[in-house]
Amino acid sequence: MTGRSTVARRAALVVVGAVFAVPILAMVAFSLRSADGTGHDLGHWRAIVDPENERAYRNLVEGVTNSLVLAGASAALVLVLLVPAVVLVHLRYPRLVRPLEFVSLVPITVPAIVLVVGLAPVYSVVARVAGSGAWTLALAYGVTVLPYAYRAIQADLASTDLRTLAEASRTLGSGWLRTMALVVVPSLRRGLLAAAFITVAVVLGEYTIASLLNRVNLQTALVQVSRSDPFAAVIFALLALLFAFVLLVVVGRVGSIGTARPVLPGRDRARRSRTAPRKALS
Amino acid sequence: MTTLTEGARRASSVRDGAVPTRVRRRPAAWWGLTPFALYVVLFLVVPCAIALGTGFVSSDGAPTLSGLAALGDPVVLRAFGSSALVSGVTAVVGALVGAVVCWGLTALRPDGVVRSLIDSAASVLAQFGGVMLAFAFTATIGIQGVVTQLLLTRAGVDIFAGGVWFYQVPGLLLPYAYFQVPLMVIVFMPAVTGLKPQWQEAVATLGGTARQHLFRVVVPVLAPAFVGSLLLLFANAFSSYATAAALISQGSQIVPLQIRAALVSETVLGREGVAGVLALGMVVVMVVLMTLYSLLQRRTERWQR
Amino acid sequence: MIQKRYLATAATLTALALALTGCSAEADADTAAGGVDAATATSAEELGGMDALVEAAQAEGELNVIALPDTWANYGEIIDAFEAEYDITVSSDSPDVSSAEEITAAKNLAGQDTAPDVFDLGSAVALANVDQFAPYKVTTWDDIPDDYKDADGAWVHDYTGLMSIGYDADAVPEPTSLDDLLGADFSGKVAVNGDPTQAGAAAAAVQWAALQDGGSADDVQAGIDFFGELADAGNFLPTDPTPATIASGETPVVFDWSYNNLAAAADAGGRDWKTAVLPGTALASYYNQAINVDAPHPAAARLWQEFIMSDEAQNLYLAAGAYPVRMAAMTEAGTVDQDALAAVGEQPADTVQLTSEQTEAASALLASTWASTIG
Repeated sequence: MTGRSTVARRAALVVVGAVFAVPILAMVAFSLRSADGTGHDLGHWRAIVDPENERAYRNLVEGVTNSLVLAGASAALVLVLLVPAVVLVHLRYPRLVRPLEFVSLVPITVPAIVLVVGLAPVYSVVARVAGSGAWTLALAYGVTVLPYAYRAIQADLASTDLRTLAEASRTLGSGWLRTMALVVVPSLRRGLLAAAFITVAVVLGEYTIASLLNRVNLQTALVQVSRSDPFAAVIFALLALLFAFVLLVVVGRVGSIGTARPVLPGRDRARRSRTAPRKALS
Repeated sequence: MTTLTEGARRASSVRDGAVPTRVRRRPAAWWGLTPFALYVVLFLVVPCAIALGTGFVSSDGAPTLSGLAALGDPVVLRAFGSSALVSGVTAVVGALVGAVVCWGLTALRPDGVVRSLIDSAASVLAQFGGVMLAFAFTATIGIQGVVTQLLLTRAGVDIFAGGVWFYQVPGLLLPYAYFQVPLMVIVFMPAVTGLKPQWQEAVATLGGTARQHLFRVVVPVLAPAFVGSLLLLFANAFSSYATAAALISQGSQIVPLQIRAALVSETVLGREGVAGVLALGMVVVMVVLMTLYSLLQRRTERWQR
Repeated sequence: MIQKRYLATAATLTALALALTGCSAEADADTAAGGVDAATATSAEELGGMDALVEAAQAEGELNVIALPDTWANYGEIIDAFEAEYDITVSSDSPDVSSAEEITAAKNLAGQDTAPDVFDLGSAVALANVDQFAPYKVTTWDDIPDDYKDADGAWVHDYTGLMSIGYDADAVPEPTSLDDLLGADFSGKVAVNGDPTQAGAAAAAVQWAALQDGGSADDVQAGIDFFGELADAGNFLPTDPTPATIASGETPVVFDWSYNNLAAAADAGGRDWKTAVLPGTALASYYNQAINVDAPHPAAARLWQEFIMSDEAQNLYLAAGAYPVRMAAMTEAGTVDQDALAAVGEQPADTVQLTSEQTEAASALLASTWASTIG
């Protein structure tokens, strides 16, 4: 790669980056507008934490709380249900790998807006069995994040020689449960962490299912707040975007800790397994 | 590698003693699969079946094919057309700009801070956007947006002089492109990093030029990945709901908004069956797209080994 | 050994399941014990008088309402008054959903204690879902004209407004007729509260335009044509007006119910927001009160209905600019809030309200032609 081409490539990145920064900067500028329309101040930011406005933001607080609960519940659901299934299929039932991959593609093929048409009757049954608490939505979210979580776990699986480790553990006399707990989970730490964090990010940003099932979560609360106070909506949207960004940066850096250095520097191919867990769809 | 460990497994199971081991293994293994299978059936298969089936059941519960007539309704057809237009335009723009960004990213250190920040930013914008992107663009080019006001006061340009297009289909193009480009980066980058530098060296050794390397090596190798990613971008925009729902409060110009209208309208009642039919239409389109994508993906993976 | 592990897990799961159903059964038993009478009572007398009703409601202690924004027909104050008088906590969910979504929420949450207890619905949705309502006749039942209530008490009109044009007096001149809105002063400024193919208030705006512009209650095509002309002139703004857009000046002219436009003046961020009910035919549309047949708090739901039909709440409606259903009876009895009446003005004599058949026909016409006319 010549020096000139490197400069051109970096220039392209800078240009695109600048264009993409415009809406984010506009959000910041918008939120700093003073109440009378002229000049800029921190008035709207201060109004968020002002206890007087508590009633107006009650719904938003409820939305944030529900979303955090849902994020935790969905991550737990994914880790408890999906991980054993993926591991078992890859280790014991290789003929089920293709069907599993197909299943992981279905939530992309059948988008949330279609799924929600059929979820309403399912949820009236769920409501009777398990109540209508905020966490019940996690059952639907587990399906929505399936493609991303599956990719994250599977990418890590592909780059770890789990089969040998599992065989070794089994040969030494461990049952499946011990093998899972003491061998599989620690080896797949990066993939599991990536799956959990991606789940959190997707759940925090989910709007379709929550709004059409009449539930309150962060996004539906944001839309409701925007009708009466667009500034609060923009501020919370900024904060949510920042939070998700930090989350994913952390998972990216954590994912790169403890990976073996490639033999020859500059070979992207050798590093693909390290960056793969961060890629949601590849 | 597979056959070796397969053999080892078979050998080890024979060594442990045939029948008792197998009986002991199966229940434990199925404990891992059955909950997942049950969950998928309950919350994926059943809702899909219900969603696609409501189109075929009339209001008094009898099966009927008359619901499909709704797909011939000019309003619905126009919605499919608008959806396809928005998806197509933003997919092409996203694919081209995204490919440029991927090319640019090859100039960065793969394990560097900048690259990891860009990867995370791409993940956030591609999957997390929805409602928040709608707010971002309202704050930018909405009627009271920062850029709108800047153009009005500093440059005297009123971007809404010909009518307020922001809250209609044209207003969707920019937010959609905004999350299509990061998605392209995420999906296309593995293919770009799969281009081995040895190929460039080989072309040079054989006396070829950089142009020949580009058109005879790079383009054919990347073509399936590019087209596959384009299809994925199209599918992504076609099925996208949150951004449109947050931006467009009146009118149902694209198919997901038509579904919303069928479910929540208080003036035109009894149209839940139409929602099912629209869902069916959407799924048919998506199945076609995803099948093509899977086929292209297999060709792409060949070059990434 | 394996069998033991199987049995242990199976036993735990069964125990869990039983515990869960036990919990919900307990909850049902509680409401059943206190509310067996309340859930089926069709009047306060059946329960043993108003005092008994109040007692039963206070024992329940909570009420779930849905789709009641604080600024819609003074519901904020009505809810506060109810809470203060009876010491019952009112939980106001999903204020921005449509009438159809109220019914959907009731169906989705059936059996849960977060299900809505009472509804405030547009007539089309009310008439289509009578099975979802528990019949109940309030103590002031006879004050209400027969046309305005269901014979069995499933639903009853509560208030209505007049379709009006709210406008920012600083940004646009006062519109004196519909044709004024086609002028250059109103370029890109005229919005309707909702999508006429989805929201009742917006459909009413089109119906009113039809009545004003040469159409009739049976055929609203003239109204759709008017909005088509508005769109061609570049004056139509296809976005929902909200308190935020009114305060920021994005939607300086809004077609909405008179009580909503009057309430917007208070929230308009310093703008001079006025409401104009154009001369000529006025359009009214009553909303309907109903009690959810699966209400988790049946006594509180019935008490709410009594409260809505009481003089206090009816006058609160009037204070917001909405004409209460018992207006005629209250005027006779002299219990009308005279100041509020003076501020709002008498209900015009030639007020039209569409019948259910006319509403259906109008909706069908809108569904087929609105998108292409505006589009």
